[in-house]
Amino acid sequence: MKRNGLLITLMAFLAFTWVLFNGGALGTAKADAKEALKAAFIYVGPIGDLGWSWEHDTGRKMLETEFGDKVKTTYIESVPEGPDAARVIRQYAQQGYKVIFATSFGYMDPMLEVARDFPGVYFEHCSGFKTAPNMSTYFGRMYQPRYLSGIVAGKMTKTNIIGYVAAFPIPEVIRGINAFTLGARSVNPKAQVRVVWTNTWFDPVKEREAAVALLDAGADMISQHQDTTEPQKAAKERGLMSIGYDSDMRGFVGDSVLVSPVWNWGSYYVTTVKAILNGTWKTHQYWGGLKDGIVKLSEYSPRVPQAVKDLVAAKQQEMTNGTWDVFYGPIKDQNGKEVVAAGGKLSDPDMLNMSYFVEGVIGKAGK
Amino acid sequence: MRIVFEKRKTLSRKAIFLVPLASFFISLILTAILLAIFKANPFVTFIAMFKGAFGSWPNFTETLVKATPLMLTGLGVLVAFRLKFWNIGAEGQLTLGGIAASWVVLFWTPFLPPWMVLPLAILVGMLAGAFWAGIPALLKVRLKVDEVLTTLMLNYVAILFAEHLYYGPWRDPKGFGFPGTPQFPDFTWLPRIAGRAHLGLIFALVLALVLWFVLNRTRWGFELQVIGNNPGAAQTQGIHIAKNIMTALLLAGALAGLAGVCEVTGISRRLQQGLSIGYGYTAIIVAWLAQLNPIATIIVALLIAALLVGGDQVQMMMGLPASMGLVLQGMLLFPMLAGSLFTEYRLRIIKTKLRDAQSG
Repeated sequence: MKRNGLLITLMAFLAFTWVLFNGGALGTAKADAKEALKAAFIYVGPIGDLGWSWEHDTGRKMLETEFGDKVKTTYIESVPEGPDAARVIRQYAQQGYKVIFATSFGYMDPMLEVARDFPGVYFEHCSGFKTAPNMSTYFGRMYQPRYLSGIVAGKMTKTNIIGYVAAFPIPEVIRGINAFTLGARSVNPKAQVRVVWTNTWFDPVKEREAAVALLDAGADMISQHQDTTEPQKAAKERGLMSIGYDSDMRGFVGDSVLVSPVWNWGSYYVTTVKAILNGTWKTHQYWGGLKDGIVKLSEYSPRVPQAVKDLVAAKQQEMTNGTWDVFYGPIKDQNGKEVVAAGGKLSDPDMLNMSYFVEGVIGKAGK
Repeated sequence: MRIVFEKRKTLSRKAIFLVPLASFFISLILTAILLAIFKANPFVTFIAMFKGAFGSWPNFTETLVKATPLMLTGLGVLVAFRLKFWNIGAEGQLTLGGIAASWVVLFWTPFLPPWMVLPLAILVGMLAGAFWAGIPALLKVRLKVDEVLTTLMLNYVAILFAEHLYYGPWRDPKGFGFPGTPQFPDFTWLPRIAGRAHLGLIFALVLALVLWFVLNRTRWGFELQVIGNNPGAAQTQGIHIAKNIMTALLLAGALAGLAGVCEVTGISRRLQQGLSIGYGYTAIIVAWLAQLNPIATIIVALLIAALLVGGDQVQMMMGLPASMGLVLQGMLLFPMLAGSLFTEYRLRIIKTKLRDAQSG
């Protein structure tokens, strides 16, 4: 009896294994039948963050509407940055995906590692700086609309303290805080921007806690560089206003979100995939700005007065014309030391390397 | 009629094999129901997960990559758990091991012959892990401080210390201000044996065998067993409890530290964000499911790694949200942990009538 029990279990296990292998073989045979360009997207948070990953996913869907059945897309969410990402990228490459978009900074080294092993696959990394013959980078000059949103915040704060919930002390985030601060102080020299680091892109609880801490410290306006809408919600619960980010957060939170600097990835994704289909793709480092449409300012909340809108429109015009940009001198750092002389401006490498705060930011640019 | 749990007098060999197997099948059925609710074909999903973990040689090597730190930290946790010392700190011990190894590689390299750097990094990393586990052990034996709290808290200290280093003084000056140390020179990389699977796997396998021998066939192993089961008896037998706790915890920390060394020198090749993504905590589940047996730990670590790696497929192939992958892992683990109760205990039905008749 004892032996029988074991035997039955063993048989069941073998049968199960057999089903696994054979069923699997059938599955792959079917999937290969269709000839479409397969594009994969890797997200650091869930698409339900309504922010960063949500916007990338909106871009992915634009690919589907644009190319129909010529392009097949898929995505994976909540992939941790670091070594785990290499496995995910590799699996997509092995499964015949022709182009892989990795949409967080921490995927850079893992992607480079995999790119070397798959010369026939196109790798696209968002926000990094390393490239290969088959790996490009793409990003947007988010600092431009951030400056504009700073104007709105600077005009509409009453306590002159603006809270800024920020993810990691890396150049991308520091640049955004500086641009925002320069914008706010261009219309309100008394404005201060207080920064709290969360050390996470996506953590609704931490993001909210940071916002609450800033509100407790006297901030009456919240801005942020995070992936979710939690800081905006925290401000709203106190009857205070905020500036969104990533997506038009007014749609998710309400009119307390005055305006949001937003991403518009779709056009870049469509252009890139078109280049691949036409065989004209070349390795590149794309860094588009307001005039390219990859970054923009969302619609305003009805609470923003026309006078403020006009101020913003004027600055926006200068930036799209190319007559002026955010990091034109004179600019002083946090300690009052001049970092850009009057008449001077920061080069792209200087901006990409930024590791100090400008005057008016309260907080530390490092750990 | 009453149903009671009764501790098995001897561990039944049959139970050791059949209980986990039965639990596994219950897990599969529960998971299948859940998948069906989400309109995903359970069979296709299981196949995709299985193939994701074992379906091809590259996939299998990735499972090994994931399994290696789980094996090493699992072994570390197991040694402490044998003493009923609840070491929740493998995560911190792993992190400190990684920090120490990075320190050796980044700062000692100019003064050492190249061949010596890696062995030294391994040694120093293990010592650092041992040191980190030694603190709560010392606090426990000297001041009776609860180890659950101290080991857990030290995790945060180690992780924040690592962050301080790669955001601050150790940050790569050529890294465009991004967090992370410079990449290690290639002669300090832990050799890879297949895909990204590295020498750490061999360390884990050898150490598991050694540990099995030590725990089951030596006097010291026997002493640990006695302390764990009955500290009072150990005391009367003249076993030095404090000394044993210290040595066991130093060993546990060294094992977790080695896991950290292997991650930084074998996988990321620098100290950066994401050194440990909960390996030290998963190790607790690994050790527990393996019923504190070193050999079983290797197998369980491999299965858990397969679950984690295969879990990607839930998203990649089935298009289910990421949270489903985590829910599936929980659904698979829960019955197995619950099931482990049945290897040590058995259900006994006591017929009350009979007892009444006897007593009456």
